[in-house]
Amino acid sequence: MGLFVAQILTGLANAAALFLVASGLSLIFGVTRIVNFAHGSLYMLGAYVGVTLMAALPGHFGFWGSILLSGLIVGLIGVVIEICVLRPVYRAPELFQLVATFGVILVIQDLALMVWGAEDRLGPRAPGLTSVVRILGEPVPQYDLALIAITPFILFALWWLITRTRIGILVRAATQDREMVGALGVNQAWLFTGVFFLGSALAGLGGAIQLPKGGADLLMDLNIISAVFVVVVIGGMGSVTGAFLASVLISVLNVFGVAYLPQSTLVLMYVVMAIVLLIRPYGLFGREEKAGEHGQVGEPDRPVRPFGTLGRALTGLLLLALALLPVFGSSFSQVLVIDILIFCLFAASLQFILSTGGLVSFGHAVFYGAGAYVAALLITYADTPMEVAFLLAPISAGLIALVVGWFCIRLSGVYFAMLTLAFSQLGWSLVFQWNEVTGGDDGLVNIWPSAWLSGTTSYYYFTLVFVTAGILFLRHVVHSPFGYALRATRDSARQAEATGIDVRRVQWIGFALAGAIAGVAGALFVFSKGSVFPNEMQISKSFDALIVVFLGGVKTLSGGVVGATFLEGVKDWLIRLEYWRLIMGLLIICVVIIAPDGIVGTLRKVADRIGLGRQEEASR
Amino acid sequence: MTAVLKVENLAKHFGGIKAVNGVSFEVAPGELKALIGPNGAGKSTCFNMLMGQLKPTSGRVLFDGRDITGRPPREIWRLGVGRTFQITGTYQSMTVAENVQMALISHHRRLFAMLPRAHRLYREEAMALLETVGMADQADRACAILAYGDLKRLELAIALAHGPRLLLMDEPTAGMAPRERIRLMQLTADIVRERGVSVLFTEHDMDVVFAHSHHIMVLNRGELIAEGSAAEVRANARVQEVYLGGGTLFATEGADA
Repeated sequence: MGLFVAQILTGLANAAALFLVASGLSLIFGVTRIVNFAHGSLYMLGAYVGVTLMAALPGHFGFWGSILLSGLIVGLIGVVIEICVLRPVYRAPELFQLVATFGVILVIQDLALMVWGAEDRLGPRAPGLTSVVRILGEPVPQYDLALIAITPFILFALWWLITRTRIGILVRAATQDREMVGALGVNQAWLFTGVFFLGSALAGLGGAIQLPKGGADLLMDLNIISAVFVVVVIGGMGSVTGAFLASVLISVLNVFGVAYLPQSTLVLMYVVMAIVLLIRPYGLFGREEKAGEHGQVGEPDRPVRPFGTLGRALTGLLLLALALLPVFGSSFSQVLVIDILIFCLFAASLQFILSTGGLVSFGHAVFYGAGAYVAALLITYADTPMEVAFLLAPISAGLIALVVGWFCIRLSGVYFAMLTLAFSQLGWSLVFQWNEVTGGDDGLVNIWPSAWLSGTTSYYYFTLVFVTAGILFLRHVVHSPFGYALRATRDSARQAEATGIDVRRVQWIGFALAGAIAGVAGALFVFSKGSVFPNEMQISKSFDALIVVFLGGVKTLSGGVVGATFLEGVKDWLIRLEYWRLIMGLLIICVVIIAPDGIVGTLRKVADRIGLGRQEEASR
Repeated sequence: MTAVLKVENLAKHFGGIKAVNGVSFEVAPGELKALIGPNGAGKSTCFNMLMGQLKPTSGRVLFDGRDITGRPPREIWRLGVGRTFQITGTYQSMTVAENVQMALISHHRRLFAMLPRAHRLYREEAMALLETVGMADQADRACAILAYGDLKRLELAIALAHGPRLLLMDEPTAGMAPRERIRLMQLTADIVRERGVSVLFTEHDMDVVFAHSHHIMVLNRGELIAEGSAAEVRANARVQEVYLGGGTLFATEGADA
């Protein structure tokens, strides 16, 4: 009994920081409709700033003052981010904003590394709260009790701010109808900035207040972000009360998970989230997202056309050059090109569902990882011939995509993205924690192709054939009736439904197809490396794909492939630099703001302007 | 003569608001019937229930004697009901012809085909439909750059793609210039005559309504208050009251409340 109570208390104490960060994210989303992926970075900054301040300011006043000051400073940093990065892209589609915040994550990571170094910092203990209290015989840290006592006050303060003040009224009004608030003469830009300050300050507070329990390190941004998203999605985007309840739920669940089901702590969180979303698709306190009449923001996509003679000729030339690579290229260059090709296929499969289907999936890596792991498991446990495993991998990935899609397709926009993210995290935590089967962090090794493919050159050709076939197949599908139907559901779901198209089924099949192709890429990957580790399924893998699709151009057909080639090619020398994340992050932010059409889109516009390319009417 | 569309006691309540309250009517084959009424009378709600976008609180909708109440829009479409919307919802990323081809692909049940090239499928049929509405010369323009009136005509061509027996048109001429309105309704009237399609439409423009409809129904506050030919409706005292305002209107309202 004592242990049980103690665990609940620990859970409640852990909920404090989580709640602070999550409520900030929720507020920001509610008002600006921006899903701020960099929120975890603000939390990390809060911790680092807190450590520095606490070292400088002694005593009770110094400790608590440092926490408040950290919140204030991080809030101001948030304002800078909002003004420099987000203001220029408020009118862009939500994907652009997400990618921009992802760029911010990279920049902050390297800046934190520059300022505070790579070493983990231990947080100081709170003066006067250093010992433990015995509750029912179990030791409970005093600081935990202090946190439990503080949290309700923060909740109350937020509640008061939102329900009782003029600012709160504006925030609530903006959550329901931004345009109306703007029309009534409220300066939206400053309202957004203000909310961003508040949300960032809450994240900073969260980072500083957890210092005596955790400390500060460079991984804490990504470590908390998935938990924060789970909390916000379960609680309902934009709801502070929801964020509070969900933080408590998740924290307590985690503590009990660690005690009773140490194998599945990570899985548990995502299972809870999936269940909540199945019953209440918009979270416990969330409201249904009312999309505009027609989904697309910004310039409409252009009609698609299959390649003309010139396009085909260029593609043929490129393929010829690739086919000749083993003749004049080194074995190292073949390995490099294999990596690029596999990444291209993966990106192309995401581009298919994202651009043609209009479904922004944040968890596409789960299907890539599924392909790799299915092949590896078959080889490891069933001694399956490589050829059979290679065939079964994409089929399994496709089936998994069917199941995941069945859950996700019912939602749209940000909620769809969040649920795909949750499923991919579920997949990742499964392979990460199911040690007996997947080898956990040690991965699965010795997954080599059959003898006839064991040479680098033969595997190079194998990869080239499958990647080319996969990409050409996806391109062909875009031009087929199914591709058109998928595009129809994206352009106007209402019109599609009114002309006999089963929107959900079309999207579902498209989602599964994209998953299966990602599975092919995964299978190609595992046999090229001979091993697979859980990081192939991580969030960052999904983000890599999103970023290259974005770099290449969302509203194009070949953006994914071009972006993937560019990034994989550049990465090879970029990661040799110490602060490559900073450069990468700034590059991403620049592309979002300056060239949102991506590489292909921008080239096409330039070509149009100087009179090259097909003679088409300008769309404006 | 059996009715193409038969509506029995249709009602839709949003909480305490009775948006549509016990509406019954029929549409005969080859009939061009107008549903008019002031803003908020329940015209669009009524339409959305006919096409399946909204589920009625009570009542039945029969198409060709078959109960289609509460069926999803795509099934109702497959049975042979076409629809155009108050605000057009064409596919922005496709050309004019491809928009029509998309409906044809759906009609021929080839939606899941992955082998043929879609822009070659049913091109002739699509061009014939575009010819009907006078849009053939714009077939290969991107839909996103069309003028609004052209979009409305395109929508009509799409709605005709599966050879419907009934067309539901929600404010077909909303947002168009006066001359274009007359032309579009003339076109609709011609199609009704040539193809024997029945049309039910809502409209705010009384010139359009009185010039073309065979039969007019007037909806006010969710209830049908008058029905008949143009002349009959024009002469109806309650209709005049609703549209022009009468001294008794507010008195009756007070009594109702």
